[in-house]
Amino acid sequence: MELVENGEVSTFLHQVAAEGDRFEVRGPIGGYFVWEASSGGPILLIGGGSGVVPLMSMLRHRAAADADVPARLLYSSRTYDDIIYRDELDRFAAKRDGFELFHTLTRAQPTGWKGYARRIDEQMLGDVSRAYGAQAMVFICGPTALVENAANALTNLGLKPDRIRTERFGPSGT
Amino acid sequence: MAIDMNAELRLDGNAVGGLLIEVFGEDLTNEMSTCPDCGREGEVATLHAYTHAPGVVLRCPACDAMLLAIAQTPRGTRTVARLEMKGRLP
Repeated sequence: MELVENGEVSTFLHQVAAEGDRFEVRGPIGGYFVWEASSGGPILLIGGGSGVVPLMSMLRHRAAADADVPARLLYSSRTYDDIIYRDELDRFAAKRDGFELFHTLTRAQPTGWKGYARRIDEQMLGDVSRAYGAQAMVFICGPTALVENAANALTNLGLKPDRIRTERFGPSGT
Repeated sequence: MAIDMNAELRLDGNAVGGLLIEVFGEDLTNEMSTCPDCGREGEVATLHAYTHAPGVVLRCPACDAMLLAIAQTPRGTRTVARLEMKGRLP
């Protein structure tokens, strides 16, 4: 796990927790950043780093429910090796059941990389969201700056603020 | 480049769901709330959360008004609630 300066969880796990410690885990908590197949779509999922985790839960739920709700994931990682769930996401995309996957790598790209190669910006969001129009349900999760920039850009592009749900993770690592 | 740490560290109501259960006994993150200053309505999850002070503060994302402050001290929990939630708070 990466140590994030001022990070609430990572500093504890790095500096306090030790091998053999036992943890009590509470939850799940929170009914807001949730998508049910019955809520319909299309759904536009935007994730940065480990912000992909709740979005992956939605995609697994979509697959388990055999839902054909159109879904797109725009996922920002630093490098190819930092992509979480890479193989599982590729398998979902290969099914061609209405799920489409868009990666961007912000720090380094492997030779022959065909995805985006910059931070998420309004032009990228326009490319990915255009097919869905203003009716898309949007879920954005990641570092606070990414989440707020993406939400503002999508609002500029004409998506409805009340259909954009966000979950902020705080600062990103360096 | 100067970094606004308050903005970088800002979280949202999702992050304090567990604390709200401890203090109020139920998950409030998906409940609607109204800002008494500007009238903005939104789920508690959409409020801005500042958790790095000795205590937690929720603010209105539209006008930045303080809506909920929770401080846990050795002598108990102190809460200041200004947000309006139908049938719940204040």
